[in-house]
Amino acid sequence: MGFDVIADFFTQAFSDRDLMLWLIPFGPLAAFSLISLITMILWLVRQVTGTPENMIPASDHHYTDHHHPDYDGMEVPYQPDWFRGTAIVIGMAGIVWALVVSWTLVFGALNEFGAGTFGLLDSADAHHEAEGDHAEEGDAHGEETDSHGEAASHGESVDCAPCIYSDEITWMSLGMEGDVYGEVPDESTDYEIGVAADPLSLTLLFMVPIAMLGIFTYSIGYMAHDARQAKFFALISLFATAMFILVLADNLMMMFVGWEIMGFCSYSLIGFWYEKKSAYNAAIKAFTVTRVADVVMLLGIVYLWSVAGTLNFRDILYNPDVLQVIGSTPAIIFGGWGLSAAGLIGVFLVIGTIGKSAQFPLHVWLPDAMEGPTPVSAMIHAAAMVSAGVYAIIRMYPLFVGLTNPHASDPTFSAPLILMAVVGSFTALFAATMGVAQRDVKAVLAYSTISQLGFMVAALGVGAYIAATFHLITHAFFKALLFMASGSVIHAMEHGEHHVHEHHAAHGHAHDEHHDEHGHDDHHDAHFDPQDMFNMGGLWKRIPVTFWTFLIGGLSLAGFPLLTAGFWSKDEILAESYYGFTAHGSGLHALVFFMLAIAAFLTAFYTMRQIALTFLGKPRTEEAEHAGLGGQYSIVSIAMQAPLILLAVFAFGAGFVGVPTDFPIFGAIFSPEHNYFHHLVVYALPYMENGGYEVFHVAAPEFNWIPVLTSVVVALGGLWLGWVMYGQKPLEAGEEDPLIKILGEPIYTALQNRYYMDDLYDLIWVRPSQWFAKGVITLLDKGIIDTILHTLGTIFTVIGDFIKMMNAWLIDGVGDGIPKGIYDFGGWIRGTQNGRIQFYLLIVLAAVLVIGVLFAISAGVVFAG
Amino acid sequence: MNILGFQIDILTFLILAPLFGALLVASLPANKWIARWTALGIGVGIFAVSAWVFMEYQANALDGGFYFETPQYRWFTVLGASWHLGIDGISASMVLLTGLLTPLAILVSWEVSDRPNMHLALLLLFEATSMGVFVAMDLMVFFLFYELSLVPMYFLINQWGSPAQKGVKYTGRIYASTKFLLYSMGGTLGMLLATQLIGFTAGTYEIAEIARAAGEWLSISRLDDAFLGLNVGTVKAVAFVGFMVAFGIKVPIWPFHTWLPDAHGEAPTAGSMLLAGVMLKLGAYGFLRLVVPFFPEVWVSNVPFIGVSWAMLFAFLSMLGIVLGAFAAFGQNDIKRLVAYSSVNHMGFVGIGIAAYALLYGQAWVAEQNAISAGNMMDAVAALNGVVMQMFNHGLSSAGMFLLAGGIYHKTHTRDLTQYGGFWVKAPIFGGLFVFMSMSSLGLPGLNGFVGEFLIVRGTWTTFTWLTAISMIGLLFTGSYILKGIRYTLHGEFNMHWKDYNLEVDWREFTAVFVLGIFIFWTGLAPNWILQTINSSVTLILTNILG
Repeated sequence: MGFDVIADFFTQAFSDRDLMLWLIPFGPLAAFSLISLITMILWLVRQVTGTPENMIPASDHHYTDHHHPDYDGMEVPYQPDWFRGTAIVIGMAGIVWALVVSWTLVFGALNEFGAGTFGLLDSADAHHEAEGDHAEEGDAHGEETDSHGEAASHGESVDCAPCIYSDEITWMSLGMEGDVYGEVPDESTDYEIGVAADPLSLTLLFMVPIAMLGIFTYSIGYMAHDARQAKFFALISLFATAMFILVLADNLMMMFVGWEIMGFCSYSLIGFWYEKKSAYNAAIKAFTVTRVADVVMLLGIVYLWSVAGTLNFRDILYNPDVLQVIGSTPAIIFGGWGLSAAGLIGVFLVIGTIGKSAQFPLHVWLPDAMEGPTPVSAMIHAAAMVSAGVYAIIRMYPLFVGLTNPHASDPTFSAPLILMAVVGSFTALFAATMGVAQRDVKAVLAYSTISQLGFMVAALGVGAYIAATFHLITHAFFKALLFMASGSVIHAMEHGEHHVHEHHAAHGHAHDEHHDEHGHDDHHDAHFDPQDMFNMGGLWKRIPVTFWTFLIGGLSLAGFPLLTAGFWSKDEILAESYYGFTAHGSGLHALVFFMLAIAAFLTAFYTMRQIALTFLGKPRTEEAEHAGLGGQYSIVSIAMQAPLILLAVFAFGAGFVGVPTDFPIFGAIFSPEHNYFHHLVVYALPYMENGGYEVFHVAAPEFNWIPVLTSVVVALGGLWLGWVMYGQKPLEAGEEDPLIKILGEPIYTALQNRYYMDDLYDLIWVRPSQWFAKGVITLLDKGIIDTILHTLGTIFTVIGDFIKMMNAWLIDGVGDGIPKGIYDFGGWIRGTQNGRIQFYLLIVLAAVLVIGVLFAISAGVVFAG
Repeated sequence: MNILGFQIDILTFLILAPLFGALLVASLPANKWIARWTALGIGVGIFAVSAWVFMEYQANALDGGFYFETPQYRWFTVLGASWHLGIDGISASMVLLTGLLTPLAILVSWEVSDRPNMHLALLLLFEATSMGVFVAMDLMVFFLFYELSLVPMYFLINQWGSPAQKGVKYTGRIYASTKFLLYSMGGTLGMLLATQLIGFTAGTYEIAEIARAAGEWLSISRLDDAFLGLNVGTVKAVAFVGFMVAFGIKVPIWPFHTWLPDAHGEAPTAGSMLLAGVMLKLGAYGFLRLVVPFFPEVWVSNVPFIGVSWAMLFAFLSMLGIVLGAFAAFGQNDIKRLVAYSSVNHMGFVGIGIAAYALLYGQAWVAEQNAISAGNMMDAVAALNGVVMQMFNHGLSSAGMFLLAGGIYHKTHTRDLTQYGGFWVKAPIFGGLFVFMSMSSLGLPGLNGFVGEFLIVRGTWTTFTWLTAISMIGLLFTGSYILKGIRYTLHGEFNMHWKDYNLEVDWREFTAVFVLGIFIFWTGLAPNWILQTINSSVTLILTNILG
């Protein structure tokens, strides 16, 4: 029983694209489950058969790579090598499965409907267009105005079921799916969850699996010496599952499920080397800080459910009635300040994104998150975690815009939009300033992630949701590349360190401080730090593949004009905000434009600084001189560098799908008819003239030289400055950062210490809550409540003592002639107070009660019998 | 069902079987293996019966009414009480929970080698009393089993609790068990009087009858308008407070919770599992079944001198339980007390959900509507379903947490978190299970805890907006204490003091967690298997207010 159902499902799913969506997360989920199950079964088999566990001394080199302490004399359980190999195979199979199914869907959709018609258009029309005219090209498109006319003529809502892949199942039969008027419709009132793929999901379904495949492959090499590799693959598979669930969810609750599971996975993986204090603290920090935002987001979700009667995206966002009602209802709290229900929900959800996408003031977890293994950093910073926050906003964009219109000639902004624009632009600049003074190669990238996410959030704040999506995709590619390349650098440096160590040991110059360095954070300063860029230099000769790919990623991040993906997406954000600023005189657009322009300049500067410090010049340490990945043809070298090449292709080329049509020369080459990316994603949101949805179907702003020149100037200017300061005359060993002289010691230190925000939070949040937690228990529970109880107890004891005294007095009064029995009676009274007699009485009481119950029940049964 | 010539219905069987099982185990020869296997067999058998009862209910009682209802057997005829049992969807899920947790507790308590027969017998006795509470349709039967459930638990803590510790004046278990017993019995004193008052004035102990006559049971009584010179409203409010304190202690509602960390902390592993998993549910169940239907108008009336309704006060106290419970758990260095305070935190959500349900129910009752008004219907449905889900889920995850915490205590003989550290290295399976259970307790979406919390927050948001918003602080610190537990137990460098200890779970613990895990995943991923059943009764209750 049951198997035929499962078999049927799979047979159907491969022929039906709606059902096929379920299969995407299935692959990694199966991988996670399988690895976990095998782990447990192996253990159980050993338990049952009585064979001793596979134990090895903890000091064995198989077990302790440099992230674990030595544990002299202890034996620890150990997973056999064959199992680690199996886990890698299973994990890779899962992600390849997800990639194959995702891309089948992506290209299947483009082939079946074509860009420009897949999405929220009139179905019959779309189908016709796709089949009739452009089926061969694979990117068929209808004439926009016509399609819009068709859709609009439908009036109330657009029936788009066939142009979007989706499937639903009943999740909770609560009769709680109502409509926005609080009425429960007659038909189905079950709470349903499901999957859906629209043009927006497609862009992520293209990016996420390929980036993840790169990360998985890279992990084979990066984690090759880690005894817990199987666990690692299980967890990143779960991570991937969560991201796919989030991308595919057709309702907010299911999205939240993916969102939170991802939070758990990032916690587990940041703290993967759980013996390191810095690692588990970073993990706890990541989980807690994002949870601050998540609990607020939860409120937004339940509020949305209670006002809209459903959490299904399509039922809420593409139904003008819903937006009209919740956009005009005053909010349940702060409603008096003119905030609408949609506004409050939007603010709650934006706060969720501020946490997940590491925006100010909840950005503090992200720089610490690099404590995890580097593939995890790539996962968090690029493919999954932080992208999820931005994706969630884009997914529900009509809700955030509400009844305002940032594109109108007199632009209006709802509360969540203003929040996003201000927080995003501030974060972009704020994080960029911190990025310029970092010494750690991964820290630079961490701050650049925060900054780049600020670009996206700011773009969303001024209505440029397509530009934000575009930047989300390109950023994911080049940031995954940069992180993995920096991981490769670190690996190479550790290799060099190992070499130097052995070399010295062989010559009898054992470096004491190298001896037991691992896991002892307290003497960290005394040790060689393989992540410090000032220890590097000249690495381009040692690891050329990493260098060239890093260069491509870095230039893309810096927005090197015309050739890199980062340029096109960043330029689009600047162009949109510039357009709103000049055409409509919008102050918010102006803020975003200027802040982002400065941030882009700094980005280019610190990127050049990083490249120069790491790769150029001469090696500044002996370790850097011997850095390497174990030879050109070692497994590690191949597994770690092949994904870099793959991602470099996208970091370079992914931008050309979104070139503005009227861009000189490039527009004619890459976008002869229309901006393909724009043309695809714009149909993720509905078009209706009457419903107020024209907001989302704005044409791309006209080509303007000023924002383009701005992009070019800030990118080249930043790179030039970086080159002048660090590249032209590379630093010598032991030379100070020239930035210290320019900025001055205090500012430089403040930047390095993240403006002391962690210390501030520690002071105003962490310590008070720890103190309060201790205070609550001691003061409230023990000090007040229990004291009252104990006082009551004492009062009764005193009364008891008084009675005892009375007895004693009576006994004495009666005279000495009274026999010994009375003395015993006094003893009995005393006895009641040492608890023993009470105890026996209780037994008697219990026995009586039990007997009574038995008697009563049997009597009842007999009577009735 | 016909057993030895007696005609016994299935629900009576659910009470009598563990009771006689307990007697059997207690009277077995003092061979611990015989006792263990016998007790386990009985427990599993009863689980099978309770699962069958649950499935039968699900299959047959689609309208959510009572099923397996017995006739009103004569019983305590002097008082007018009768032996009347029956289950609806809410009690069916609680019966299932009790049936599930008891064999797991028995399995885990195999580690006890001191007087194993009595220990196991008491576990079964506790199961009998809990079953009695959940299936009772008569107030007197309810009260009887409610009180009786204290007896086995008292002895479990008192006799098999933690051994004496250095520098402590009283042995912890003596203090804890006495506190537990006095607290609970003191609390139920008012309830006893209120029960008798109700029975006397209403002339019946039928729960359904009393609820149906909720407004009138004082006026239809043999009394005139005044009772002891007090007017009817006052008498009712006093009776209400009696019930509220009794069940509030059991849930526990802040500030009646201070017995709980002591009792949970000192109890043996199986005792903690059943305490947290089942016993706290008795209180919440009492609120759902008795306090809300009996006193609908009191909930919406104002508390003297304060000026907010009783429901609001209750929600406020529950909010304090959520927030302060989470903070208190975060402040613990004792692993079992940490888990114990997590119960205060989680049951706070049950409390705030009950408050929302009571408020909406009371409003409808006062307005003489038979169903909750359309605008609030979904809130009430969400709140009440969420409450029952949370009760069920908390039963699973707190039992699991206590199981693992008790296991590690059994192996190391210390509950001090700061003496642990890095156990993951030596006990990878334990580590995985501990993280899994912790996440279930934390309410990670995809696992069981989330479903209940989500529904409760949905239900209370419109009713108690600010209180719900503030209780999010508690939800945040739920994360903090859970992570603290994991951090001190599993993370960090391995404490070499435990170098030669076996810290890994054994097969019994593994099996128990695995069984719980099945239910945790099942409920988290497809909650409809149980929610449907709960919802049928919930809907019936909310659309049948005037009876």
